[in-house]
Amino acid sequence: MTLDLSLLPDGGVGWLDASGPHSDIVLSTRIRLARNVEGFAFTARARDGERLRVLAQVREAVAGISSLDDAVMYRLDELPPTSRALLHERHLVSKELAGLDAQHPVRSGAAVFLGDRVGVMVNEEDHLRLQALRSGFALQDAFASIDKLDRDLGSRIPFSYHSEFGFLTACPTNVGTGMRASVLIHLPGLVLTKEIGKVLASLQQMGLTYRGLYGEGSEVVGNFFQISNQTTLGRSEEELLDQLLRVVGHVVEREAEARRVLLRDAGYIIEDKLWRAYGTLRYARSLTFDEAMNYLSGVRLAVGLKLISSLSVYTLNKLLIFSQAAHLAFAEGRSLTESETSLARARYVRKALEKEAGSVG
Amino acid sequence: MVCDSCKERDAVVHLTTIENNAVNQLHLCERCAADRGVETTVAAPKHPLGEFLQEVHKQIASTSTDSARCSFCNATFSDFKATGRWGCARCYTNFEAAIRELLRRVHGNHRHVGRAYHPPMSETLERAAVLGELKERLRRAIESEQFEVAADLRDRIRVLE
Repeated sequence: MTLDLSLLPDGGVGWLDASGPHSDIVLSTRIRLARNVEGFAFTARARDGERLRVLAQVREAVAGISSLDDAVMYRLDELPPTSRALLHERHLVSKELAGLDAQHPVRSGAAVFLGDRVGVMVNEEDHLRLQALRSGFALQDAFASIDKLDRDLGSRIPFSYHSEFGFLTACPTNVGTGMRASVLIHLPGLVLTKEIGKVLASLQQMGLTYRGLYGEGSEVVGNFFQISNQTTLGRSEEELLDQLLRVVGHVVEREAEARRVLLRDAGYIIEDKLWRAYGTLRYARSLTFDEAMNYLSGVRLAVGLKLISSLSVYTLNKLLIFSQAAHLAFAEGRSLTESETSLARARYVRKALEKEAGSVG
Repeated sequence: MVCDSCKERDAVVHLTTIENNAVNQLHLCERCAADRGVETTVAAPKHPLGEFLQEVHKQIASTSTDSARCSFCNATFSDFKATGRWGCARCYTNFEAAIRELLRRVHGNHRHVGRAYHPPMSETLERAAVLGELKERLRRAIESEQFEVAADLRDRIRVLE
């Protein structure tokens, strides 16, 4: 089975198009719901046959659901590692489902249904992980779509539910609503003004948590943070979303303020720093992932500050995804060594920026 | 920086207090901070699951529920301790009392107040499950070009639908 991402309704990257609210600061909004199918052991403990039966049941249910009408299904357990990595780099499947961790090899029955900015992972840590992705800061929109999908699926498949504990999940940190709502946000202003520590500390006091670009266990790189609710039990979906909405709204304001302060107090230093970042991306011959992320962060800030006007946020968002190792290997049509990857990355970034370079400067 | 109180040791605690709208900053060494009742040793793990597992560990030590098994998936409490994951939904009822206490520690609460859920009726479900399985087998039969098997499966699906 080969992977044809062009089959996806929007190539699977519609959430990158920077059309959403505050998309200069907030890249994307993602909400996921963890659900398990009654009558089977949780994925990690289930036998191969049980996982396949879960998948069969989900398949049958999905066939009648309008929001997944055009959905494409991929069986992760039938894809080579490179294709699985590609889906993971696009944020369409988790690292665990893709079986990219040495600790978690790909499981039989691991699959994903991908529709227009919604998806269903099957046989992840929980039998079902529903997710909705949106461009920019769009929690309500994302929730509306995932809530509908949840109700549609839940009326066709019996979910494990306990009257006191709510939706039951493999990990106790997800039980209750099973909901993790997260916002991928770019905070270079707060990092440069050294305000970030305070902001992150206050997040934790408010019951929120932060992670890197790829969720749990991933490093913060390029000043990209994923802010999400920490707890899932004892508060309703609406309360959890409301809290995140208010706090992230506040963080967005503080980031905007920090950017204004930077320009006002350190105008030329900042301008020089950001143009250097652009220059490096434009002309470097080899770029590691972390380097690329950090320079892209600078250029993204420059675009946000309107220092660079002809470059679109969409282009930068795409660079973020497409300059990763599996995408580069896919584009080159072969596997690459680490140094070849760095060369390919620099070449890819150079080309993309050249295309839009027209009136830059 | 030297401690504001003893003026001897290095200040490691920076205490900001607000009294009558005036902000005071005190820089204290560990010992002087402790004298003023300021906690300096932070032992709490960052991730609540870590805390959770520590608790589980303690409970197991004290009540030896270690060998208790879930009647559905056969998982034990020590399986949970090792992986941080329950084996199945039934574990929640089988270890209910312990789980209630532990959820309170992780989430500060043990009661779900979000959306209530009622599973669909079982008849429709059974039919859906059988149909799903048949369709999966049909897909495989077609893939492996077992057309006779596929035709048979297709008939059975038609009857159910």
